[in-house]
Amino acid sequence: MKLLRVSSPHAHGPNSTQRVMQQVLLASLPGVFVLTVFFGFGTLVNILWAAVVALACESLALWLRKRPLGFYLGDCSALVTALLLGIALPPYAPWWLIAIGVASAILMAKHLYGGLGYNPFNPAMVGYVVLLISFPVQMTSWAPPRGLTENVPGLLDALRACFLPGQFDAITMATPLDVLRQNSGLMMDDLWAQAPQFGRWAGIGWEWANLAFLAGGLWLLYRRIFTWHAPVAFLASLALMAALFYDGGSSASGGSPLFHLLSGATMLGAFFIITDPVSSAVSVRGRLVFGALIGILVYLIRAWGNYPDAVAFAVLIANLCAPFIDHYTQPRTYGHRPPAREDA
Amino acid sequence: MSTPSYTDIAVNGLWKNNPALVQLLGLCPLLAVTSSVVNALGLAVATTFVLVTSNTTVSLIRSVVPDTVRLPVFVMIIAAAVTGTELLMQAYAYELYQILGIFLPLITTNCVILGRADGFARKQPVLPALSDGLLMGLGFGAVLLVLGALREALGTGRLFADMDLLFGAGAAAWEVVLVQDYQAFLLAILPPGAFIFTGLLIAIKHLIDARIERRRAALRAAPASGSKRVRVTGTIS
Repeated sequence: MKLLRVSSPHAHGPNSTQRVMQQVLLASLPGVFVLTVFFGFGTLVNILWAAVVALACESLALWLRKRPLGFYLGDCSALVTALLLGIALPPYAPWWLIAIGVASAILMAKHLYGGLGYNPFNPAMVGYVVLLISFPVQMTSWAPPRGLTENVPGLLDALRACFLPGQFDAITMATPLDVLRQNSGLMMDDLWAQAPQFGRWAGIGWEWANLAFLAGGLWLLYRRIFTWHAPVAFLASLALMAALFYDGGSSASGGSPLFHLLSGATMLGAFFIITDPVSSAVSVRGRLVFGALIGILVYLIRAWGNYPDAVAFAVLIANLCAPFIDHYTQPRTYGHRPPAREDA
Repeated sequence: MSTPSYTDIAVNGLWKNNPALVQLLGLCPLLAVTSSVVNALGLAVATTFVLVTSNTTVSLIRSVVPDTVRLPVFVMIIAAAVTGTELLMQAYAYELYQILGIFLPLITTNCVILGRADGFARKQPVLPALSDGLLMGLGFGAVLLVLGALREALGTGRLFADMDLLFGAGAAAWEVVLVQDYQAFLLAILPPGAFIFTGLLIAIKHLIDARIERRRAALRAAPASGSKRVRVTGTIS
């Protein structure tokens, strides 16, 4: 008989960075599938090209910083950044747009701050915001969903749109969030009847993509990749804000809570972006505050801002607040009094 | 305080103690107006002019001004120099004067100028003070120009656009189109671009310094031990 003498801790979790990241990649599959069904292969091409650029940038940064290549490339965190950015960018974006976004995400937001674990901001969202303020035209042209256009582009068309942007005439259409913001003189029912973009609860395609991301997120929650606090606080505060400002029928108010929950990047943000363990708040109460803050900001920017969606800006602002939130929500150690603040 | 040699003054102003890259003074105009070469050049000329004027004047009256009231006196001198510059630009480069806007009068509060007046000119004879002002201005201006060129090239795909604002109508043809049909990269022109590129320039300077230092260390047989402290404001003795 062999007696292993191991020291504590005896219970250990199976979750390495690599495994967590792989499960996040896996959980995004339903959402990516729905996006591909409704908007064509653009999103898929975005993600694949973003992944190539991300791995190249990551290797370059690691080589410059003289870090082991295999270890850091193997943790898949660059792939997750590429995935999130690829989903967030409009389908059929040109290759240089994606490359600039990924490069600023990996090189600027991640490695300039010291690599994975040291970045104060979510890299994918930094990349998105860099693109959004630099190239507003390309970033606000979203493809029309299946059903509203004759031919949803196939894989070849999507590749051509990405790598030969001059030879591809992209058809674009305002997103439901845009339509709602541009119209303030109609009743909601009239708007629904007039604009073809709207579906059952929100926009055609968007509602199903959001539900698919919700499903993926719930699976991650079941796998205990993250806790429920930040996503639930985010969704609840967004719904609450929408309910407070929704007057039940006119398009001057911001749209119903359900519309906001199933529009834009809400579910992607709730389960895949704000749950980033590095740049979010870490204490339990802190995560509640962090999520709620993002929910409020998303609604404010959607209702009164000038950008297509608000999740990226809201997440970056909340990232800024995360250390502050953590400072004031420090949990009590079991058996001890609340920590006395000497610096207060 | 002994008077440093002119070589020292030049090396300090242009590289070792560069106002923008090492002292990190005057960042506000540096970041705000370097979105194109012509803006950068305008501000560089104005700042250099003010630096030379104020350094010379401060050095001239250095034996008359009591220490206790020196700062108000210096600020008055600088403000007068800035007002003169402003009037000159209004007369000869009106469009540029309008583009630079608030950043012209704000040269008064540029820490480089007060720093050089208080740290150098008030203890030095006229000629070294004048050349220090000139070289500090050139060092500052060089960084402004590089930054302006980088941001203009990356942001708009062109270089030397609108130079006629400074050099008269003939300079309108100086514009160089680097890339045809360039997709404007707004980030480079917006304030974040200024921060990013300034950071990059400082990093490049550190890289070059480290290279030089390594080469020197290789040349030296036995490394001499000495103070590693970084001096921020001029030579103190």
